[in-house]
Amino acid sequence: MSEATPQLRVDSATGIDVALPLAGAGARSYAFVVDWHIRIVLALAWYGAGTVLYNYLRNGEISLAPPLGTHVRWLGTVVAPALALYFLYHPLIELLLRGSTPGKRLAGVRVVARDGSVAGAGALLVRNVFRLIDSLPLGYGLGLLLVALTREHVRCGDMAAGTLLIYESASPALAMTPATTSGSLDVATAELVAELLARWPGLTLAARAALAQQLLKRCGRSADEIAPLDDAALRRILIEVTRAAGANA
Amino acid sequence: MSAEARQSALAHALLKRAGAWQEAEARARRFSRGRSDDPVEAARVADDYRLLAHDLARARALLPRSRARAYLESVYARVHATLNHGDWRLWATVERLFREEIPASVRWLRPYLVWATLLFVLAGCAGYALVARFPELIALFASPDLIASVESGKLWTEGLLNIVPSSVLSAQILANNIVVSLLAYCSGFLFGLGTLYIVGLNGLMLGAVFAFVARNGLAGALAAFIVAHGCVELSVMCLSGAAGAAVGEALARPGSHGRVAAFRAAALRSGPALIACTVLLVGAGLIEGFISPQPRIPVAVKVAVGVGYWLLMLALLTGALWRLPGYTRRARRSDS
Repeated sequence: MSEATPQLRVDSATGIDVALPLAGAGARSYAFVVDWHIRIVLALAWYGAGTVLYNYLRNGEISLAPPLGTHVRWLGTVVAPALALYFLYHPLIELLLRGSTPGKRLAGVRVVARDGSVAGAGALLVRNVFRLIDSLPLGYGLGLLLVALTREHVRCGDMAAGTLLIYESASPALAMTPATTSGSLDVATAELVAELLARWPGLTLAARAALAQQLLKRCGRSADEIAPLDDAALRRILIEVTRAAGANA
Repeated sequence: MSAEARQSALAHALLKRAGAWQEAEARARRFSRGRSDDPVEAARVADDYRLLAHDLARARALLPRSRARAYLESVYARVHATLNHGDWRLWATVERLFREEIPASVRWLRPYLVWATLLFVLAGCAGYALVARFPELIALFASPDLIASVESGKLWTEGLLNIVPSSVLSAQILANNIVVSLLAYCSGFLFGLGTLYIVGLNGLMLGAVFAFVARNGLAGALAAFIVAHGCVELSVMCLSGAAGAAVGEALARPGSHGRVAAFRAAALRSGPALIACTVLLVGAGLIEGFISPQPRIPVAVKVAVGVGYWLLMLALLTGALWRLPGYTRRARRSDS
């Protein structure tokens, strides 16, 4: 989450306003796709397991084929719960988890009220009812359009319920390393070193080398000293810089 | 000491409190997930709030573009949310919803209810007049099977239970009705035009079908079929339309508030009425699946069910259900 993330400032009792970083269409879509997969899997798993069990108890067959004719028990115990799992997933899970869902947790976002507090049950229900409109004409087209066009990145359901989707929390790991508290490295450089080390496995060799050399120059190492070093050596020196800064506290 | 060195020293001194921030976050998480109800810890959360505010003010000045500041902002927001997190008890919430919020919502919707009902009735009369004058127009509102059935002297509802079991029929009907009701509410977002369309169309269809059925001498049979569930179903249609109209009016004429604020206020205020509509439609669906199509149940019983359920609906929507002597005595006993 960067400084460019739009924020909503909310008054608080301490006089220091609360900054709520607003999540945009990307985080919303990611959370929705994850939740959609979970709904589909849960609904299909219930349907499949239920149908197999029903057929086995009825005929002794292990089969996924739906029973022929109208079987009220099968419809009531297998089909109806599967449909309920699919269609009622969002309202029920958001109510139980107070504005969160597994997809939203993975995306690092949460639904809150406009004052930054946990959204109430009524607001969460209204928010979910308006999915009927937000999903028009196809695939949440209207909802995504509203998220893109509104300043607070809200869809129709959020407008109706007075809720916002915000990013939840930044990680403490990158902010709190020994080097940031020691004083021998400036905070910005210490945080950059910590972030580079955290992202090291995901970067290409060329990117690692370029970034490591830039940071080590900022830490006072000479270009001649760092130029011939390989990937593993650069990483080792970055870790030593962090430890050395911490030891000098 | 230079100003730069002083700033740096202050920043590093602030960052040494990182452990306290992490503890504050962990405490806030425990409370927000209901994993703690220790009053001493709760008091510490309140202290955390003040101390975090103090640290955040310093971080915003000393470390404006740092990750430490971003982390502190998120911890502060989390503690703020935890402290402002109202107590949520399921039964108390449901009771308050039905005892206070639904009646208040319905009272507020009264003017819109009058207009929605008027629209529905007028559309019904228009549909009736249209098909009575031009019977061939029934093809716009009814399926070929229904038309053929009525023209052969039988309602499409006869023998329904031979094809579909009652439970399945109920489930299909109540699911359909709930979706239509919610759509009538949500489509108020289109400045009320969507709501007017849904309420008007439903009225038109009902009037048209009635005219066609009456033309074929089956009006009495249709009325006997509808009476058990129709009173409540049609009332709920009008109530959903009223809720949608309220939302639409808030968007079209927001008054002194902004359009979004007016929309939000109207949606939240009319929302409880939709919950009542959903509950009532479940009952109506069960009646329509189990009682209405049942030829062995006398018409008098169906009328009694229809009137009784409609009176129950009134009691629910006005809050009269909670003013019954038995309930009031129980409520007083539990309060003392």
